[in-house]
Amino acid sequence: MEHTSLLERILRGIALTLVVIFFMFPIVWIFMMSFQTNETILRIPPQLVFEPTLANYTALITGKLTTVSGTLDIAFMRNLWNSVFLSVTSVAVALLLGVPAAYAFARHKFRGSEDIAFTLLSFRFAPALLVLLPLTLYFQKLGLANTYFGLIWVYQLICLPLILWIVRGYFEDIPADIEYAYRIGGHSWFATFRKIALPLAGPGIAAAGLLAFIFAWNNFVFALVLASADKQPVTVGALAFITSSGIQYGQISAAIVLSITPTLALALYAQRYLVEGLSLGAVKG
Amino acid sequence: MSASAITLSGVDKFYGPIDRGVHAVKNLTMEIAKGEIVALLGSSGCGKTSTLRMIAGFEEISRGAISVGGRKVHTLAPVKRNVAMAFEGYSLYPPLTVRENMAFALKAARLPKSEVDAKVASIAKLLEIEDILERYPSFISGGQQQRASLGRALIRNADLHLLDEPMGQLEPQLRAVLRGRIKHFIKERGLTAILVTHDQTEANALADRIAVMEGGVLQQFDTPDMIKQRPANLFTGTFVGEPPMNVFEAYVGNAAGKISLRLPDGLSLDYDHDAFSAPVRDQLLNRERVVIGVRPYAVRRSKEGVPATVSANQWLGDQTHIAADFAGGSLVLVEHDRTRLELGAPINVSIDPKNLHVFDQASGNAISHGMELA
Repeated sequence: MEHTSLLERILRGIALTLVVIFFMFPIVWIFMMSFQTNETILRIPPQLVFEPTLANYTALITGKLTTVSGTLDIAFMRNLWNSVFLSVTSVAVALLLGVPAAYAFARHKFRGSEDIAFTLLSFRFAPALLVLLPLTLYFQKLGLANTYFGLIWVYQLICLPLILWIVRGYFEDIPADIEYAYRIGGHSWFATFRKIALPLAGPGIAAAGLLAFIFAWNNFVFALVLASADKQPVTVGALAFITSSGIQYGQISAAIVLSITPTLALALYAQRYLVEGLSLGAVKG
Repeated sequence: MSASAITLSGVDKFYGPIDRGVHAVKNLTMEIAKGEIVALLGSSGCGKTSTLRMIAGFEEISRGAISVGGRKVHTLAPVKRNVAMAFEGYSLYPPLTVRENMAFALKAARLPKSEVDAKVASIAKLLEIEDILERYPSFISGGQQQRASLGRALIRNADLHLLDEPMGQLEPQLRAVLRGRIKHFIKERGLTAILVTHDQTEANALADRIAVMEGGVLQQFDTPDMIKQRPANLFTGTFVGEPPMNVFEAYVGNAAGKISLRLPDGLSLDYDHDAFSAPVRDQLLNRERVVIGVRPYAVRRSKEGVPATVSANQWLGDQTHIAADFAGGSLVLVEHDRTRLELGAPINVSIDPKNLHVFDQASGNAISHGMELA
């Protein structure tokens, strides 16, 4: 048994509570704001007690934003769908390309392999703004601007290096002899990759995929410049709430709640799976 | 001996570019008969594991050729070579139980389930891992993992079984028991096996022939007895044998009808001319300097011998190891009785010429073993 005095436990509890409050407060506050009208939000001093309303959510889902100066059309649901589509497809493409590449970099040392891997990583060094102007010009010339295809391509700058480098590490951690043992047992290298390397690196691939998904979901600047209204994800779409008649805090909050829900749910679900999977071989599977 | 199971001819291995990289295995030529057990014996980094991995196909050979059962295999993928291997690091599949790991090796053979179960059961009995068959590799000890890995290799009916340090992690008692059983198992089925080891007891106990390697070069490839009795060179002589062979540099003298081997510190081993056969005598007298070697078991204490001073005396329970300062170096002798000798006690030692191994001083190659030329 671990020996902790009562005082120690109390202090630890206080410390943990402070940390949780610090990190959770913005989210809780936004959650509360999403059920209030602009008037109650902007009360001074702010109050914890209010009459909840679903108006913000209704407005988002129906796409009709009613302000003092009239009714506006907003494409929030469309934006949410764009976010889901762009992130999922980008991560899928990045996994499809990145996982075999990571395996190649981990298992085969070829001329220039380190240089290529580093070049891919260096995509993450450059600030997005640096490549934005040339990228925009190219995309306009190539007709890729404002297409899903073009956006997913650009999103590879975010997802691919991340997946490549994380998954490579996981592949390197698998002893090569396990794969050799399988190959010498009469299996091709592709079967070995599929049956041994992929399952053993599974938790790593899942973690990398999750991280890449969150990065893709949170991307703002590429989508802002390269996509127009009908292709924009929520991060850019939220700008529509800054209207001529003021900032619609209630709707923004509701939009935020809706847009963090998928990533939050995914992270919570995957976290359980990751912890299970990380104790390699300790569980049946 | 029947047809050869595996032939290596002029195999070179470079890590890095050919002729410029690290030369791990140098011009290795070996022929192993079907049904034979061969041990690759050597210290770490001698090229023995590289050799094994080249045969398995995990390393490419830089030059030369390897054939298994008359079939050139060195360009084939590991899967096509029909060899089984037990890995030094066990390399069990973590998500499978020990039973599944062993049965998995038979998957490619597509046997009926009842036959697979019977094979797993018999191998598990042989290796004493019946009680852990349903456990996962991460929940069993290193020694158990090693036996599971060995079982996974032995269960297959391959042309060649490659065993990399197959018993390194086992307890000594179990190791001794399993050595006998595994040898019997391999012999009974007429399997051909190559094992890599740095443990000479294991090599002696298991192998029909031992290939001693050092610095990527095959030093000697012969039966355990011959390697003990007729080491091809100074390396084999000192590497094989426990405690190791005593070696001294000596000047060859020929005076007063005696051949004298003059050692440092003014000591000298004198022998009558007819203590050596004529060819050995000629070889000795043709040289100014030689290296002489004698096994610790062959050193005798006697009244007329050459003086030495006891520097250590250890009773091992069944034999005494006595170390003595002798001719500017150290001499170890083994006696089967418990010998009470104080440290610093003077003793006299003599060496029967028939137990004397003589090596060339420059090349280290053997010149003679007792009465016979090497």
